[in-house]
Amino acid sequence: MELFTNQVLSGIATGAIYACMALAVVMIYEAIDHLNFAQGEMAMFSTFIAWQFMQWGVPYWGAFIIAVVLSLFAGIAIERVLFRPLGHASILVHIAGFIALFAIINSVAGLIWDFTIKPFPTPFGSTPLLGGVISSHQAGMIAVTLVLLGLLYLFFRFTRIGLAMRAAATMPESARLVGVNVGWMIALGWGLAAAIGAIAGIMIAPVIFLEPNMMGGVLLYGFVGAVLGGLSSPAGAVAGGFMVGVLENLAGTYIPGVGNELKLPIALAMIVAVLVFKPNGLFGRVQVQRV
Amino acid sequence: MTALLNVRDLHAYYGQIQALHGLSFSLQEGSVTTLLGANGAGKTTTLRAICNMVRTTGTIEFEGRSITRTSTESIVKLGIAHVPQGRGTFTRMNVEENLQLGAITRGDRAAIASDIERMYDLFPVLRQRRLQQAGLLSGGEQQMLAVARALMLRPRLLLLDEPSFGLAPLVVRDVFRVLGDINRNDKVTILVVEQNAQLALELADQAYVIETGEIVKSGPAVEIANNEDIRKSYLGY
Amino acid sequence: MSTAHDTAAEIAAARAAAAKPALTIPIVASIVTLALLIVVPLFIKNFYVFQLTIIMVYAIAILSLNILTGASGQFSLGHSAFFAVGAYACGIMMEHANIPYPLAIPIAGLICFVIGFLFGFPALRLKGVYLALATFALAVAAPPLFKLGTFEHWTGGVQGLLVTKPDAPFGISLSQDRYVYYLTLFIALIIYWLSVNLLNSRSGRALKAIRDNEIAASSMGVDLALYKTLAFGISAGFTGVAGALGAITVAFVAPDAYTVNFAISLFLGMVIGGVGWLPGSLAGAAFIVLVPNLAEGVSKGLSGAVFGVFIIAMIFLLPNGARQLAYYCYAQLKKLAR
Repeated sequence: MELFTNQVLSGIATGAIYACMALAVVMIYEAIDHLNFAQGEMAMFSTFIAWQFMQWGVPYWGAFIIAVVLSLFAGIAIERVLFRPLGHASILVHIAGFIALFAIINSVAGLIWDFTIKPFPTPFGSTPLLGGVISSHQAGMIAVTLVLLGLLYLFFRFTRIGLAMRAAATMPESARLVGVNVGWMIALGWGLAAAIGAIAGIMIAPVIFLEPNMMGGVLLYGFVGAVLGGLSSPAGAVAGGFMVGVLENLAGTYIPGVGNELKLPIALAMIVAVLVFKPNGLFGRVQVQRV
Repeated sequence: MTALLNVRDLHAYYGQIQALHGLSFSLQEGSVTTLLGANGAGKTTTLRAICNMVRTTGTIEFEGRSITRTSTESIVKLGIAHVPQGRGTFTRMNVEENLQLGAITRGDRAAIASDIERMYDLFPVLRQRRLQQAGLLSGGEQQMLAVARALMLRPRLLLLDEPSFGLAPLVVRDVFRVLGDINRNDKVTILVVEQNAQLALELADQAYVIETGEIVKSGPAVEIANNEDIRKSYLGY
Repeated sequence: MSTAHDTAAEIAAARAAAAKPALTIPIVASIVTLALLIVVPLFIKNFYVFQLTIIMVYAIAILSLNILTGASGQFSLGHSAFFAVGAYACGIMMEHANIPYPLAIPIAGLICFVIGFLFGFPALRLKGVYLALATFALAVAAPPLFKLGTFEHWTGGVQGLLVTKPDAPFGISLSQDRYVYYLTLFIALIIYWLSVNLLNSRSGRALKAIRDNEIAASSMGVDLALYKTLAFGISAGFTGVAGALGAITVAFVAPDAYTVNFAISLFLGMVIGGVGWLPGSLAGAAFIVLVPNLAEGVSKGLSGAVFGVFIIAMIFLLPNGARQLAYYCYAQLKKLAR
C-alpha cells in the first residue's frame, strides 16, 4: 500500500509538468478551437530567454518575469502576424502553420543556443521531502501550477477582460454585437497561452534539463492531459495532467515489461482508451451539434 | 430634424446571392419604426447590413457619419444595439454576466451597476434568476434578457429581430410594452423587424414593408395598419 | 426521302464524337507527365532514379492520405505508423520467411488494411482535433514499439533490418534502381487508377457526402461507420504498400526512419499538393523530398527554419496547394487558346 501511495504522490509530482503544459494548451484551444502543435517549442524558447537573462546576471525571479512578459507579447504578435491573415483557411492549413512555426522556433533555438544540454536553476532547492518521494522543487512546481490555476480562475471570473474573452471564445458573433473585438481577444488568448507556457517551461527545465528538443514528449503528455480533462476547462486540464503523471507511474510500477521505452505507446493507449469511452474527455461537456 | 439613421440604395449579398436590391429608408430620432414582410424577404438581412455583418454596397449613415466600412464592434460602440434572431444569449454565463457583457464597452462602473439594478426593476423575473445560467431560462425570459442586455449599452438606436418569435402572446405583449416605455422614457430610437405585423404596427410610428429585398410599401404605421389591401397582400391578415 | 435517314446518321455521328474524350488540357498534361515519368529514368544516373523512386513512394503514401482526408474528411497525423508496419512486414516476410517480394508487398498492404480498419473503429468516435491527436499519438508510439527488445529477433531492434533489393526479372537488363523504379511506378499507377475509380463510384460519393455533412449523409442512409472505417482501412493499406516499396527501394528498415517527423512530412505533402486532389500527391511528395535538401543548401544550421518559412510562404500564396496553381495555369492557358 505504501508503494502505491508513493507512486501516486510521485506521479502527481511528475504530473505537475504535464498539468502546466496542459493549462497552456487549453488556453489556446478555448480561443481557436484547435491544438497548437508549436506550443511546446514556444515554451522552450521562453525558457531559453529566461536562461539567457540569467547568464547576463539578472536574478532568477527577474529573469522569470521578463521571460513571461516577453512571451505574452510574442504570443500576441504570432497570432496577429501569422494566424490572423490565414483567417478562414481550412484547418489543415492552420495545422501546417503550427508545424512551420514548430520547425522555425526549434531551428532558431538550436542555432542561438546549440543543442548541448544545460542545467537550469530552481528557486525551490532540491531537498527531498516526504521521505524522498518528492523533491522540494517538485512540491514548488505543484504549488506554482495550482496558484496559476487560481489566478486564471479569478481572472476569468471577476475581471471584465476575462468576461470579454470568455464571450469571444464561446459565442463570437454575439460578442461582436456587444462591442467586443473578437480578433484581439483571440490574440490575447494566444498571449496568455504563451505566458503560461513560459512558466511551464521554466518550472520543467530543472527536471528535464534545457535543450531545444526538451518539450516533445512533454507536449504530447500535455495534450493527453488536456484531452483527458475535456479541453473545455483549465481545471480539467490541470487535473488531467496530474492524472497522466500518476497513470504513467503506476503503469511503470505494476505492469510487467513496461519500462522507459514503452512510455510513448502508453500515452497512445491512454488517449485512445479515454476517447473511446468518453469522447469529450473525463470532465468535458457533451458537444451538442445542431442539425 | 435630421434622421438618426439614413439608408440609401442598399444592396446586400451572401456570397454570390443578392438579398437586398437597393433599399432606401431613414429613421427619425426618437421614433419607432417597423420593418415587415414575409419569411426570407430580407428583413433580417437589413438589420445585419446596418451592423456590417454582410457584404454591402450603398450608403448607411448614422448620425450623419457613414458606417458602411466600420467594423461591427465599432458600430456597437457608436451606440447601436442589435438583438439578433435567436437572441444571441450567452448561454454558458449567468444572467448577471450577460448584463455585464451588454455594458462591456462602457467605462463608468458605478453607472453600470445602477443600470443593472434598473434592468432588474424593468424585468423583475431576471432578478429572481440573476445567478442562473442564461441557457436555462425560458424563451420569454431570454428575450427579456436580450433586450435588457442591449439596453445596458445605453444605445441611441435599438435594432430588434423578431422579438415575438416563439413567445406566448401574453409574454409578447409584455415585451412590446417595455419597448414602448423605453422609447418614450429613454428616447431610444427603435427599429423592429417583425412577422407579427399587428403588434408591431400598434407600437410603431412608421412602417416599411419588404418583399424580396425591396421596399414595396411605406408610410405611417396607422395607415398601413388600416389599409386592408396591404394587410391582405403582404402581411397575411 | 433520305432526310430521316440522314438525321439519324447525323445523330449517331454526333453521339460518337461526344463519346470520344476531348483532348483537354488536363488530359494532355497527364499524358506528358506520364511520358516523362516513363522515359526520363532511362537517361539519368542511378542515384537520381533512386531519388525519383523515393518521391514516387511518398506520393503513394500522400495519395492514401488524400483518400482519407479529402474523401471522408477524417484526419491523420499518424500515417508514418502504417508506412512503418508495411515496411517491416515486407522486410520480415522477405528476410525471415523467404516470401518473394511480389507476394510480400500485397500482403504487407493487406496487413495494414486490417490494422487501419481496426483503428478506424475507435477513430469513429473522434472528431477533428481529437482524431488528429489520436493519430499523432499513433505516429509517436510506433518507433518505440519497433525498437522493443521482445521483437528484436524479427525487427533487428534499434539497428534495423537489411532487405534484399530485387533484380530485374526474366534477365531484363535494367539496373536494380531502375527496375525498382518501374515497379513502383507501375504499382503507383494501379493505386491511382483504383483511387480515382473508388472516388467516382457510389462508395466514393458516399465518402464525399460524409466529408461535407455527416448528419445529412447519415440521414440519407449512408452507413457512416462502415464507410469511415473502410476509408481508414484502404488508406492504411495503400500506405502499407508504399512502405513495402520503400523498404525494397532503400533496402533497409529502421525504426528511426518512421518517426513523427515523417508523419508530419506526409501531412505537409498533402496540404502542399492540394487536399483531395490526387495528382497533387506527386507535387507534394516532390516538395517534401527536395525542399529540405534545398533548405540545407541555403543554411545548414537553419535548415529547419528555412523549411518552415517555405511552408508558410506556400500556405499564404497557395492555401489550396498545387491544385490551385494547376487550376490557375489551366485558366491562363484557356484564355490564351481563345
